Amino acid sequence: MAENEHLEVPPELERNVFLTTLDAIYNWSRKSSLWPMMFGLACCAIEMICTAAARYDLARFGMEVMRPSPRQADVMIVSGTVTKKMVPQVVRLYNQMPQPRYVVAMGSCATGGGPFKEGYNVVSGIDKFIPVDVYVPGCPPTPEALLYGMMRLQEKIKRQSIKTVPWYRKEYRDDIPVPVLGPDVLDLRRKEEIKRKSKELAEASVPRYKRILEEMKASS
Amino acid sequence: MIGAGILRGLKITARHVIETYLDDVKKIPSRYAYDRRLIKQPLEEEGIFTIQYPEEKRVLPENFRYIPMLIFDAETGEDRCTACGICAKVCPPQCIWIVRDQDKTGKPIPRPAEFYIDITVCMGCGYCAEFCPFDAIKMNHDYEIAAYNRFPDLVLDKDALSVPSTYYAQLYPKAWEEEQRRREEERKKQEAREKALAAKRAAKAKKAAAAAKKADAKKTEEKGE
Amino acid sequence: MAQPETVVAGVDLPFNDAVPGAVIGRDGEALVVARDKLLELARYLRDHEGYDYLSSVTGVDNLTHPKRKDVERFEVVYHLYSTKRGGGPLVLKARAPEDDPEIPSVVSVWPGADFQEREIWDLFGIRFPGHPNLRRILLWEGFHGHPLRKDWKEAYYEEEKKPYKSRHPDGRYDLKAKYPWHEERAVFHDNLVFPEGFDPDQMDIPVVEYRLGQDIYRELEGIKTDRIIVNMGPQHPSTHGVFRMVVALEGETIVGLEPEMGYLHRNHEKIGERNTYLMNIPYTDRLDYICSMSNNLGYVLAVEKLMGGVEVPERAKYLRIIMVELTRIINHMWAIGFLLNDLGAFFTPALYAIEERELILDLFEAASGSRMMCNYMRPGGVVRDVPDGWIEEARKLVHNRLPRAVDELDAYLTKNEILLARTKGVGYLSPEDAIAYSTSGPVLRGSGVPYDIRKVEPYCIYDRFDFDVVVEDGGDVYARYMVRIREMRESLKILRQALRDIPEGPVLPPGKQKYSFRIPPGEAYQRIEAPKGELGFYLVSDGTANPYRYHVRAPSFINLTALGPMCIGYKVADSVAILGSIDIVLGETDR
Repeated sequence: MAENEHLEVPPELERNVFLTTLDAIYNWSRKSSLWPMMFGLACCAIEMICTAAARYDLARFGMEVMRPSPRQADVMIVSGTVTKKMVPQVVRLYNQMPQPRYVVAMGSCATGGGPFKEGYNVVSGIDKFIPVDVYVPGCPPTPEALLYGMMRLQEKIKRQSIKTVPWYRKEYRDDIPVPVLGPDVLDLRRKEEIKRKSKELAEASVPRYKRILEEMKASS
Repeated sequence: MIGAGILRGLKITARHVIETYLDDVKKIPSRYAYDRRLIKQPLEEEGIFTIQYPEEKRVLPENFRYIPMLIFDAETGEDRCTACGICAKVCPPQCIWIVRDQDKTGKPIPRPAEFYIDITVCMGCGYCAEFCPFDAIKMNHDYEIAAYNRFPDLVLDKDALSVPSTYYAQLYPKAWEEEQRRREEERKKQEAREKALAAKRAAKAKKAAAAAKKADAKKTEEKGE
Repeated sequence: MAQPETVVAGVDLPFNDAVPGAVIGRDGEALVVARDKLLELARYLRDHEGYDYLSSVTGVDNLTHPKRKDVERFEVVYHLYSTKRGGGPLVLKARAPEDDPEIPSVVSVWPGADFQEREIWDLFGIRFPGHPNLRRILLWEGFHGHPLRKDWKEAYYEEEKKPYKSRHPDGRYDLKAKYPWHEERAVFHDNLVFPEGFDPDQMDIPVVEYRLGQDIYRELEGIKTDRIIVNMGPQHPSTHGVFRMVVALEGETIVGLEPEMGYLHRNHEKIGERNTYLMNIPYTDRLDYICSMSNNLGYVLAVEKLMGGVEVPERAKYLRIIMVELTRIINHMWAIGFLLNDLGAFFTPALYAIEERELILDLFEAASGSRMMCNYMRPGGVVRDVPDGWIEEARKLVHNRLPRAVDELDAYLTKNEILLARTKGVGYLSPEDAIAYSTSGPVLRGSGVPYDIRKVEPYCIYDRFDFDVVVEDGGDVYARYMVRIREMRESLKILRQALRDIPEGPVLPPGKQKYSFRIPPGEAYQRIEAPKGELGFYLVSDGTANPYRYHVRAPSFINLTALGPMCIGYKVADSVAILGSIDIVLGETDR
């Protein structure tokens, strides 16, 4: 710490100075070798592969190693529409990733359901189930847009600090309960709310289904 | 000979590897002689250039479409949009929300009070730009829109969407020329029409004046008799 | 088209002398068949009339069609072709009423109807007695209802047809309301619908039974052997997408394989019924997302057929062919690159293939605006003319770079001993099986059947170009790979001719383009030779600006019927190679 020699650093702050430099090195080494998980769901996966190919090289950013196994990955790029049938698998894969882990939602479908939002088998955005760090909109985002999104993720990592980072806390557990496929996909964290609301609908004077049928018959 | 196919394949791969180094020596100045910031690879070059984003960017064609933008006139500051709603009707995932403005008495006026596009739903198809009759909404070329939060960053309201017409002219030079030419023609036609109308009115007035004079003269004649 | 015309003594209804009482009327160009005589008629048609290729099986729900009030509610439409004679389709319709939705299954006659009938059961609820494995295919067991029925509404249901009134003139996205975001205005504040009175704690989830292999335990000279069931799950390095295979193994040999799809089922058909005809074109881009121009062409030709034929300007016709053939080259390069990826040559051939693809994508971007989701074709032509200098660049690519790239790929891979050892003799599909399973495209032509829709039923202006149909007799993975390499050369031939002959002129019919147009009631089925096989679009219109029924006959989905039988007897590592040679893309398989 040659540059701090002629500064009067009070003793209670000395530890913080050490931590800032340690933070810088820690974050720099993490952001320069983020290993993405090869997790292509739909059309955005093709643009992700093109980003890793020769023209827009992902290896320049240190993201060369794209392993399909979640145990060896740092960042999960959710590229493509997440459907209800696939959501239990996505959450399971997220749980299997070791800390520190990040999620990038690539494309309109992963951020908010995209053009297929009103479909009966589409989840309106993966952030209903797992926490997302960066959203990259576009349909599909061009490889440059994805690279910009990864750079924003790197900036976010640069701003983190060892003192406040969640995975070094003792009580930190953030495994997400895997949703269950019943009549519709059931997020176990919302079980009580769904039970209450279903009961409300059953006790309504005219059930929604019947009401819609009557409207259709009346208009035809 | 067994293994001949594999050796041939290895020869081709080795040739690719060596050629990339020879290229740098043979072609002096090398590929960095092209404009370093914006790259457009000529088709005569072998292989493919790696575009080192973010220092280098690719030249985007004029028709490139990503997400929409609303244009306002750079000189007067007025929106071109008249809230006709065609873009909202033609959008496939219905991601455009428009509230038409009203004056104090409640009568609708052709101006949008609020205009929202949810770009987590937008597919970038370009229909809004294609069918807008007032050239008010066009497709932007800006792809650097990654965000940390879905709400409210990725629901764009009218301020976030508006761009001046000078920006539009810069991105779409050919279309801007075409539009200016069309407006010039329409203006000329409008002028010619107004001139013709004015001439007709003048002719009518003259005729009326002549008829009045004649009637007057007749009256004086009668009076005289 | 309200009532099938009943005819006296079957005088002008065909096939009534051979199978009496089968055909009971006509509906446009379709023959209405009585349910109980369907199987007999099917067998007669296949054996004696030569209709050996079942192209498409589609379900339709007639509940709200204004012209079909006195017709039974459910109907199933079959399109049959003959591979020896060629020519147009024979269309059969079988109907079933609402309280008894059962139609006999034709899987015993044409095994290619397997997955398609399962899909109709899944989405409509029509049962097919006689089907060996009637389970849901695109959704999961336990899903509440049959979604493509007209009275089934989804969570975000606002109105029957787009455009919705809520967007204009009072489309407020009120950021200060209690539920500000649009997606929270649905029933459960999310895209969820649960039955009334649903209790999550007392839910029981049905268990799926796979039928895999015949014997479970075998006595092999007194030693009991066991079967292992391995799940090659939706997440795996072979980047074809989210596709799952449940494989039963004895040692390393496969004794049973069942594919499971639906992990990318994006409700294309239900959304398609809400859209207008024009709004559907960007959605078709996302079906087979590697070849978006082909999908656009297929849909647009179907709409033009439904409208009764539209005058397309000459320049637009040539531009369409150029775009589609460039797409074919892109697709085959990608397929070969990723087939080799699956075989273990990790990424070098794929990188060489992606190089050329990038340059062709630059051309697409200059013409249409986007690399992949082109949205370039419209009913009547193409949306805009190509910019100046585009034809010159295309000529440079087609005459210089692309032939060199194809030749290099050929020299690099075709005689490679490792490729030969791993692909020759693997995944054999005989010609009779290929036709019976309704495969199409390189899978069919790699088994020795010279059936190419561009020659058999020419659409667009393919009859003006001189090219050959590529056929290989091997029937294995290597034959399909060779078919793709040779087809790229044929595409280059067509491109050279098209780029030489392209005339000047407009690209759209004269007059202002309408964004919403009505089509009188009718139906149309148009199929094209997409790079992956036969892509067909079936449209039914009811006189409004939105289609009444919209079905996509996806080649990847139907080619997968042959995957199970093709893999039996080979090693588990071969299953990946066989899947790579069929060349599926999940956007199309699951729609």
